[in-house]
Parts: sequence; C-alpha cells; structure tokens
Amino acid sequence: MDARAAAPVIIVGAAMGGLRTAEALRRAGYAGPLTVIGEELHAPYNRPPLSKDVLAGVVTRESVAFPQRASTADVEWMLGARVASADLSARTVTTEDGVAHPYSALVIATGLRPRRLALPELPGRHTVRTLDDAMALRAELLPGARVVIVGSGFIGCEVAATARKLGCDVTVVSPSALPIVRPLGALLAAEILSRQEAHGVAFRLGHTITGLVGAPRLEAVELDDGDVIPADVLIEAIGSDCNSDWLAGTGLDCSDGVLADAAMRAVSVDGAVHDDVYVVGDIARFPNAMFDDVARRVEHWNIPTDTGKRAGAVLTAWLDSAEAFSAAAGAPFAPMPAFWSNQFEVALQAYGLPGLADDIRLLEGSLDTEAIVGYYREERLVGVVGLGMKAALLPYRKLIAEGGVPATG
Amino acid sequence: MIKIEVDMALCQHYGQCVFEAPNIFKLNDDDKLEYLASADDSERDNVESAVDVCPMQAIRIVD
Repeated sequence: MDARAAAPVIIVGAAMGGLRTAEALRRAGYAGPLTVIGEELHAPYNRPPLSKDVLAGVVTRESVAFPQRASTADVEWMLGARVASADLSARTVTTEDGVAHPYSALVIATGLRPRRLALPELPGRHTVRTLDDAMALRAELLPGARVVIVGSGFIGCEVAATARKLGCDVTVVSPSALPIVRPLGALLAAEILSRQEAHGVAFRLGHTITGLVGAPRLEAVELDDGDVIPADVLIEAIGSDCNSDWLAGTGLDCSDGVLADAAMRAVSVDGAVHDDVYVVGDIARFPNAMFDDVARRVEHWNIPTDTGKRAGAVLTAWLDSAEAFSAAAGAPFAPMPAFWSNQFEVALQAYGLPGLADDIRLLEGSLDTEAIVGYYREERLVGVVGLGMKAALLPYRKLIAEGGVPATG
Repeated sequence: MIKIEVDMALCQHYGQCVFEAPNIFKLNDDDKLEYLASADDSERDNVESAVDVCPMQAIRIVD
C-alpha cells in the first residue's frame, strides 16, 4: 500500500523499549523510514545503574548509553521533543510545537514517570527515573547529608543502600509493613529489612509523609504521627504513573498503561485491535502465555526488550504481507519476566511473577546467608527469587518456563 | 568469526546470557561466568541476544 510505504514508522519513546523495537524492525527486514521521538535529550540508556553505580559516582554517565548498532544508523532520532496527541484515523502524531507527523504504523513506548507526593515544590526533592534525575541527586548525596526516602520498593531500597554507602544518614518512610513486600512476600522482605537495618538504614514503616518543612529549601519532613525528621534531601520512590496522557481521545484502553494483545497490538476500549498501532515496554498491559490470559503491566527490566522484539517482528510482517502477518501475530508470546536488585551485599535475582503467588516456600539454602525462594500459584511454580545461588537458580527458571511442575513440598 | 568481550569488572554473573547463547556462555559451579572469546558467525544472532539481555550491559561483539 502506497500510504504505508510513504510515511515512516513512528516510535514514540526513545528509551530501551523504543530502541529495541527499532532494532527488531531492522532485524526483521523493514528497510523503510523509521523515526523515534523522545522527550529526553539523551540517546537510549540503561536505567538500572542510575540507582546504584551512577548515583555512587563509580561509573560515568556516558557508560550507561546503549551501544548503537549499524542496522539503526539511518533511524531519525527526534530527541527533546514531546508528542502531545495522536490521531489514529488520520495516522498522525502531533508534537508540542504543533507539527503533525504522519506515520504508516505507530509504536507506543512512552513508559512511566515517577509518582510525586502532593506537596509543595522545594529544592531538595528528588526522584530517580532519568539520567538527569540521577545526576542532580548525586550532587546532593554528600557524606553526612540527611536523606529521607519515601517508598520501600526496589528503587527506594537500592537508593537507600547507595546513599548509606556514600556516608549519608538514611531514613526510609513507607506505608508498607515491610520493604518490597508486595512483589516478594514477607519471608524475603523481613530478611531484606534486617540486612538494611544492619547497615544503618533507619525505617519508619507504616507511615506516610504529610508535610515538608523549610524555605527556601527542604529542612525536614513531617510524618502522619506528627514526628518531624530532619532532611536535606527527600527522594520520592513511591511508584510510577503511565505516560499515556497524549493518547486521550484515541479510544485506546488506557485504564492501566495501554492495553495490548499478545502480538503487542493496541486494543481500544470497545475491543477493536489495531494492526497499525503497537505498545511496548513498561506501559504495555499484555497477556503472557507463560501464566494465563490476564493482561498485566510488568515493570521488569527485560520487558522492553522482549515486547520490543515482538512488536518489531509482528509490525514488519504486517507491512510485508497478510500471510506473514497472520503467522507472526499468531505465534505464541511467553517472555520470562526477570529482574535483579543489588543492595549492600545482597544480590537478589528473580524470574517469573512472584507477585502472583498464593504460597511461598524456602526451596534451598538459608535466608540469613544464601537462599532460593519459590512462589507457587495453585501448586505451580510461577516465580523464584534467589539471594545469591545464581547457578542453582537457573533450573527453576526453566521449570517456570515449562509451566511449573506440581509441587512436591 | 566473531570476537566476544565481557567486561568482567561489570559482570555480576546473572547468567541471562547463558539462555540466549548456551554454546558461548556458562556459569560454573562457583557462580562465575565462563565464555568463549571467539565463535563462528552462526552464533552472531545468539550472542547479539545475549548482549541485549545482559542487565549490566557487560557483553560486546568486537567486529
């Protein structure tokens, strides 16, 4: 079709998901025009070091950039540009400067932004999502600085460990009863708490921050019980919101991220599936055949790569022929969720979806040294987490991929 | 032939690469990564996938 050939494939979002989709399109044989529009000025980079080595200053900001492959050398990168809206009927996206950009196919890869406390803006408040965020925070994590972190998920705990290692005085405030308890369960969460506390991180669990003290910059935070904690720096790690505002009015199901089918095609509220619109990365809510047919958003590191490769392959097939498209879109899709976390000496590694579990069991080792913990749903292994024991963990990963065996206790 | 480099100062021995290119990478009994520094061109796609999935981004193909 001429219209398809004339306009570029446009990927909105220039982070890992956008990059992997662009690479996958080229790998699958799409040789036409390809444009990636991204809000940040940086070329795609790897985010996990932001809360650890970048913050600690042991690696340079340049070192986190993803290497550029020869296959994507002719991709047009529009960096520092924000897309304001999309018109799926006219096949255009419009940037904030009012320019409409026609596309042949659209890839939604706009990811997440950190949720913020609904409190006044003050110097000293930080988040850790982008490279610029990390560099700004790094400048304030000085020895002796009083650092309060709100949120006790992975980011909060990793940043706590990094700040402590830099010699800061660190307090974590969280409404949860234990850190990282929702994804990991109480068994491991209690162990992580005790290891963090052993390194001198203070926890105020079961509490929220209700006010900020200080002018012109932050001096303290107020908790819901009236306590006031001195703070030079407040780091907000209370989860994320999806960057789907620009899709308002398109009819796409943006109730939690953007709904996609197993071929990563976008789905409308009325159930219509769009062969020319794809969703990848953190923002994609999609079914994973490894577990069931429930569409979920999965904020794990490997998901932008896996969904980007999938979308790139299906989209290239759609641009090619009906037969190729039918085969590609119908192929099963069952990416293995995987994530990692380093906090002090704790090297934690997870496969599958531990959060689905109705039963959690210690499978190997001992929690106070090295261990493997299994997460079961209806007697099937759906997730596994290792504290150390990296090689011993790999057979469990295989087991999850194969559907999890009936538990033998 | 392709040449493979792993920055062992970055590598955390997570073993993701083992699944993508099992002929090239393995974790030994001490949880440490071992790999072949060169391989046939037929392994290129697998090694590229290993490059993609390494959380530390420690693997490179040297052309």
